[in-house]
Amino acid sequence: MIRHHLTDDILLAYSAATLPEAFNLMVAAHVSLCDDCRARLEAFDAVGGAVLDDICDSVGMSDGALAATMALIAGGPPVGVPRAARRAGVLPAPLQDYVGGDLDAIQWRPVGMGVKQAILPTSKDAAARLLLIPAGAAMPDHGHGGLEMTMALQGAFIDAGERFGRGDVEVATADLAHTPIADIGEDCICLAVTDAPLKFKSLLPRIAQPFLRI
Amino acid sequence: MIGSLSAWGQGFVNGTQDNARPDWVSQVERVRDHQDREAFAELFRHFAPRVKGFLMKSGADATLAEECAQDVMATLWNKAHLFDPARASVATWIFTIARNRKIDLLRKQRRPEPEDLSWGPEAEPAQDDALALQQESEHLRRALSELPDAQRELIERAYFGDLSHSEIAAETGLPLGTIKSRIRLALDRLRHAMR
Repeated sequence: MIRHHLTDDILLAYSAATLPEAFNLMVAAHVSLCDDCRARLEAFDAVGGAVLDDICDSVGMSDGALAATMALIAGGPPVGVPRAARRAGVLPAPLQDYVGGDLDAIQWRPVGMGVKQAILPTSKDAAARLLLIPAGAAMPDHGHGGLEMTMALQGAFIDAGERFGRGDVEVATADLAHTPIADIGEDCICLAVTDAPLKFKSLLPRIAQPFLRI
Repeated sequence: MIGSLSAWGQGFVNGTQDNARPDWVSQVERVRDHQDREAFAELFRHFAPRVKGFLMKSGADATLAEECAQDVMATLWNKAHLFDPARASVATWIFTIARNRKIDLLRKQRRPEPEDLSWGPEAEPAQDDALALQQESEHLRRALSELPDAQRELIERAYFGDLSHSEIAAETGLPLGTIKSRIRLALDRLRHAMR
């Protein structure tokens, strides 16, 4: 049961295609897990459809356009990656496309105190990474210049008294000091996206005391 | 006469006769089921110039927009089997195809998309769900056209990519609650059918 959802402005921006690639990946991954946000997103798409149909100035096509399109069709569907269908595994399909598989395909790099990360290849205007936080451990102190969104994929993390399980998204802004801590019981794997490069401040992050925070 | 058309494929009339607009669902069905070139030509005449206009407003030059609009329409032909009339109007579906092509072409970025959910060969959306969604889409289209100019232009600019996401108010002033509930219902039924 997902309790922490995407905001309307993020969904609208995804629909209108104004987000950086890393945030598009977050939206695609969350919507794969959350039918409530999928319905809200498709409602915003419906506004886009109405804009296209009704208030967009149409521009005449060239004379041979229909014939040229029929020729395109006769050439067969383009060779390309078909849109991802539902797949088994922990990672939603759009994330599997970036990783090249499920959890066992992730190339983890240690960032200290047992925490590992894997940076995903997106455009440079924002960054997306997978994080693995050992059960009961804290995510290292890190600075981020702007908006950060974190979604749990396996296990759960706890931040500011709220628990974020699989599919739950935490939205943090630059002025919010926060330290997500993995719930005990299972290592937490999450997707984090930031609109400014995320930098870990210290190679020796402080040791978490999760029970004091709950 | 109705028997010759599928019930939800028939364009419905909303309001007065001179306000009647086709919903285009039957044309997409004919393309899907019979590779019907005349139905495709009708869709092309209506939507291709709109897609071209949409792309030019989004920053493409005329040549690129023309090429891209042809590509979007070819995609409609190739993916007609993925169209779900219980979740989207034809205009909405074409909008999503055009938007994704816009990102490929203008921003040269990958466009991560959610996992696909589509009806299998054994099950199709219920006709009354599809009809209700198509009617809701028409209500939304009308509500948009009746907004005050300033507000309508803001929404228009948002979808052309003129505004950054922080500038777009999520409150569009449009009646989105009903259409969202309809889509949610269709998703629930689809999930049930996929089990």
